[in-house]
Amino acid sequence: MKIVSVSIALIAGFLLSTAVHATPVDTYEFKSPSDQKRALTLANELRCPQCQNQNLIDSNSPVAHDLRLEVYNMVSEGKSDDEIVEFMTSRYGDFVLYKPRLDSKTYILWLGPFVILIGGFVFGAILIRRQRNAKDLTEEMSAEDQQQLDELLKRDK
Amino acid sequence: MKKLVLFIPLVLFLAMGVFLYQGLFLNPQKLDSALEGKPIPAFQLERLETPGEMLTDADLKGQVSLLNIWATWCPACKYEHPFLTMLARRNIVPIYGINYRDERELAIKELRREGDPYAINIFDKDGRLGLDLGVYGAPETFIVDHNGIIRFRYAGPIDQNIWKDTLYPMIQQLQAEAKADGAA
Repeated sequence: MKIVSVSIALIAGFLLSTAVHATPVDTYEFKSPSDQKRALTLANELRCPQCQNQNLIDSNSPVAHDLRLEVYNMVSEGKSDDEIVEFMTSRYGDFVLYKPRLDSKTYILWLGPFVILIGGFVFGAILIRRQRNAKDLTEEMSAEDQQQLDELLKRDK
Repeated sequence: MKKLVLFIPLVLFLAMGVFLYQGLFLNPQKLDSALEGKPIPAFQLERLETPGEMLTDADLKGQVSLLNIWATWCPACKYEHPFLTMLARRNIVPIYGINYRDERELAIKELRREGDPYAINIFDKDGRLGLDLGVYGAPETFIVDHNGIIRFRYAGPIDQNIWKDTLYPMIQQLQAEAKADGAA
């Protein structure tokens, strides 16, 4: 029993450690851990122009390798995130952004879901109100007709 | 009127269906170049054949030209090479080559063996110029106008069809523009 739990702990430890070390592909010396974190976040959000469904970190293509290095260098030089993203989009287009920018071309992308959500709420509200009105109407009707109905029922007996 | 309202979801669904159906036939590899409309990026690199001789972006300006990214490690470049040599012989437009992330020796040897269509060949060993041009693979071909502005980018090997349908009409139009500019 003890052996089992020890081996489970070992396996878990091994899995965790590989998971942590699996991210950086190249050996690149960053000046500080915060630089490294920023560079990796950026490289994760930028798309490889060649292997289109991979980001710069996942891809092994030469262009992704170059761009990754470029991002790391620019971070080390102290360039801001905006500058780095601008550098990439001015060469490879908005395509390389996994998170599209908010501009006139992408309004429908960013705002569409909210419009649909609000539309849904409005539609639902109209439906509910209509149903409520209908209920009020039937109540009024029944109050007026109750007596007549009773009489009719009595007559049947 | 009320019944028509009930058709709205169906109409929306059909609209979405048409939209997505079209998406099936788009080529995801065909990206618009972010550089169309921008000048050739500034560079200073060696000429492929003569180490030490520096070339700059100024050397590529002045007339409508093709800028072709190639390398010996790229099979599709070998495929388009005979077409380029044939094109060069017809003297329609100068072809400038960018030898992209390659070995100088191998490149020179290959040109000697297969023929050299390039009026100027730039040796871009580290791919810096390629990076500035937004190149993501070879071969790629840019059409540059007489002012040194990139007007069109084609990714992939060029052949007779692409030349006839896309590149040549564009080059003719740009050369006409250049002539009009020269006359004025």
